Order: sequence, then structure tokens, then C-alpha cells
Amino acid sequence: MHRAPEEFAPSDALRLEQALQLLAQSGRPPPPGEPGSAQWVQALIDELVDLSSRDALTGLSNRRSFELALAREVDRVARSGEPALLLALDIDHFKKVNDSHGHAAGDLVLKAVAAALVDSVRPMDLVARIGGEEFAIILPSCPSPFGATVAERVRRRVERVPVAVTPSLQVAVTVSIGGAFAPQWVRSTPALWIERADQQLYRAKAQGRNLVQLEPAAVSLVSSEERRLLFDTFQSEDLE
Amino acid sequence: MSDAPGRRARITAVTSGKGGVGKTFAAANLAAALTRLGHQVLVLDADLGLANLDVVLNLFPKITLHDVFTGRHSLEEAILPAPGGFSVLLAGSGMVEYSRMTPEVREQLQKVIDQVAPRFDRILLDTGAGISDVVLYAVSLADEVLVVATPEPTSLTDAYATIKVLATTQGRRDIRLLVNQTRKPGEGRSVRTQLQQVVDRYVAPQVGAAVRLDLVGEVPADAAVREAVQRRTLLLESMPGTPAAQAVVAAATRLAA
Repeated sequence: MHRAPEEFAPSDALRLEQALQLLAQSGRPPPPGEPGSAQWVQALIDELVDLSSRDALTGLSNRRSFELALAREVDRVARSGEPALLLALDIDHFKKVNDSHGHAAGDLVLKAVAAALVDSVRPMDLVARIGGEEFAIILPSCPSPFGATVAERVRRRVERVPVAVTPSLQVAVTVSIGGAFAPQWVRSTPALWIERADQQLYRAKAQGRNLVQLEPAAVSLVSSEERRLLFDTFQSEDLE
Repeated sequence: MSDAPGRRARITAVTSGKGGVGKTFAAANLAAALTRLGHQVLVLDADLGLANLDVVLNLFPKITLHDVFTGRHSLEEAILPAPGGFSVLLAGSGMVEYSRMTPEVREQLQKVIDQVAPRFDRILLDTGAGISDVVLYAVSLADEVLVVATPEPTSLTDAYATIKVLATTQGRRDIRLLVNQTRKPGEGRSVRTQLQQVVDRYVAPQVGAAVRLDLVGEVPADAAVREAVQRRTLLLESMPGTPAAQAVVAAATRLAA
């Protein structure tokens, strides 16, 4: 059964009220353009896609889009061999915050930690909330010597900034961080990668929290001098 | 496949830094060439994370190393005849879960090697690309290592990194080198010289001993190779007269010596 495209056009026929309500409720402006036009519908779909890939409370990527991104990164690393780091993070003693200050305070802590995480990594890195007080960060093109530095920067950034849960009360929160590099050139699975990062997170928790634990990367380093010596003569020979 | 008393296969790990340099191509065709030289050869797919020996050989194994590891099938059942007259032990796609080197995987792999070693003259371990713990473990099981590299800068850097790790963490002092996809005669030799020079300068002082690179051969970039790969046939079987095939035979002869 074939229907002409214009039959889709009237917005009332498409029953988009609920979609528009969802956008309004999440504080987003209605799609630009003539309601019912192709551009308008596309803009609406784009907004909905974005909405369904984000965590409602923190605005970070949600578990669904995190898993998609992680699968893509696994494929990319297997092909390109570029190093990539996955960090698994957990807010220390989060239950205590909820128990002693209430869930609204808990939500403020989650939002503040989310902002701190985004603040301490590059725009290309993907920060996600994957569970209650669990977060994850995918860092593409992250050479192993930088991994520990980045993770430590994230940990300190959270530790440094207390969260104002009421005008008069500030709560200090910390995170434990576990990390694992994707095995270069090897097609691993997203599940395995998460598991390896999680194992390091457990170690960080077990060793007293507010700590970073990275799986040691089995890579060797080729210094710039070695690289230079490797190519200098070779290239000049090539030019003969 | 008889168990001659006291026989134990010489095990060669075929490895590379970067993937896509023709490591599996080299392992399969060297195995065919060694078979022609009269050796009984087994290629063991030790690329547990991203096995593609079956793809190169156009095999669709029903029983794999995975089944041996899980105890579903015996090792006997998993050893398959490959085109080219050698035997293969394939990892299979279920092996992704072994791309992490746990003590269990270590033990399983060691057990398999111990069982097959008395039955062959040569075992080629087709390891995964890169320098993961799985690759390093597979290489540690071998008597000798053959590093496959191309003259391309990334491959060269990764080959150097691999050589460095093998020398420093496994005490390797003699490493064999196969330069693939050379663009002019003698390029394999310049690649070896170049690598050797950097090894002498940076690796040897670190390990306090000489580390020697032995060039087993150079395989010219040859359209026949791509064609063989695309047709999923062994170069040595389908186009034995091509320069690349002859270069592989020459390399195998050196490897056999």
C-alpha cells in the first residue's frame, strides 16, 4: 500500500503531541519550521534521538548510547590500533548521602559529579551515567602513559569541589576509578572491556576508595629518539 | 602423524606489531612451503581474539580450539588438514572470551602445545597482532620468533616495539624477520639494517647483550598475493610461480635450516 508523502504531513495525523510534550518537559524548544514540514519532523526526530540517548537527571549519555559508543570504539581500536581507555567510576559511599541528606541531595551530588567529569576530560571523550551512582568514560586515542594522569585528574577534580546540597550544607564526595585499555589490534568485546575496567574499580574500592586503579597496559614505548633513528636513514635511503 | 620417540616440534611464533601486514598469509604459506620441504607442519591459530586463519584458508571448522578448551571435543578432532598438506588447529570465533590471558587460558594453551609437540616437526603459532598479554604468552611458548613487518612506517615502528618487548621481557637474543610487501629488491635488507641499528643503540644496552635480527626473507608486493587472498587460496597452491610465492619458498628454506 503506497501513500503519498503529503499524507504524513499534517501534524495532527502524526499524533506528535506526546513527543512535543516530552521535549517541552525536558526544557527543549519546539522544533523550528512549519509544523508538519519535513524539516520540522526531522528536527523533532533529532531531538527525540538526542533525548533518548541521554540520562534525564545529569544530561550525560545514558547506558544505551554508552554501549553503542563502546562497541564502535572496540571496532575502531581493532582496526586502527589506536589506544583507547575505558574508565569505570563509582561515587564513594553514595548511599550515605541519600540516607543522611535525602534523595534530592543525592540528585544534586549526581549532577555535580557529572559536571565535574565532563569538566575534566576532552570534548571528544564520552561521559556516561550507566547506573545509579556509576559512571563511565570512553577516552579514544588515549596513549597509555596519559591514562593514569587523566584518571587522576578526574579523581582530584571531584574531590576538590564540595557539593552544596542546601545553601548552608556542603557535602564532600569522592570517586573510585578503575580503568582498562582496549587491547590494540585485537577484536575484543564491549562486555569484556567493561568487565576489565570494573575489576580495576573493585580493586580501587577494596584499597580504600578515592583511588585510581588502571590495568597495566602490555605495551612498549618507542621514544621519539628511537623513532627518529628508525626513520631518518631509512627515508634518506629511499630518496637516493 | 606418528609419535616418534623423543621428537618435539620446533615451535616458531609468527607475530607482528601492527595488524594487516600479512602475518597470517605468511604463516599459512610458510607452512605450505615447509611441508614441501618434507616437514610435518601444524599451524596453531593463537590469535585468540581475532582469529582469521580459517578465513585465509577458506576452512569452515566445526570443531575448534574452543571446543578443546571447554572439553566438548578431543584435540584429535580439532586438528584439521589444510590445503597445502599441513595441519591446522583453529581458534574459532568463540575464542573472544580468551582474549584475556587468565591462568586457565595459559594452562589450556600450554597443555595443547605439549600434546601436539611430539607429533610434528614444526609448529607455527599464528599469534594475534599487537603486543597484548595473550600474544606475549603465545610467543613465550615458542622456540623462536618470526616478526613479520612491511617497510611502511607504522609497521616498522610496531615491529621495533615488538622486538624491544621480546628482548626485554622474554630475553630473546635472536629474532627472525620477514619483510613483506617490499617495493624494490633489497628493501628487506635495508629494513633489517635499520631495525638492527636502532636495536643496537637502544635495546642492546638495556638488556646488556647483543640482540640479532636475522632476515629470513623479503616478499615483494605482488598483485598475485592480493588475488590469492581474495580467492581465499594459498598463494603457493594457486600461483606457485609468482615472485611472491618463490620468495616465500626461499624464506621457508632459510627458516628450515
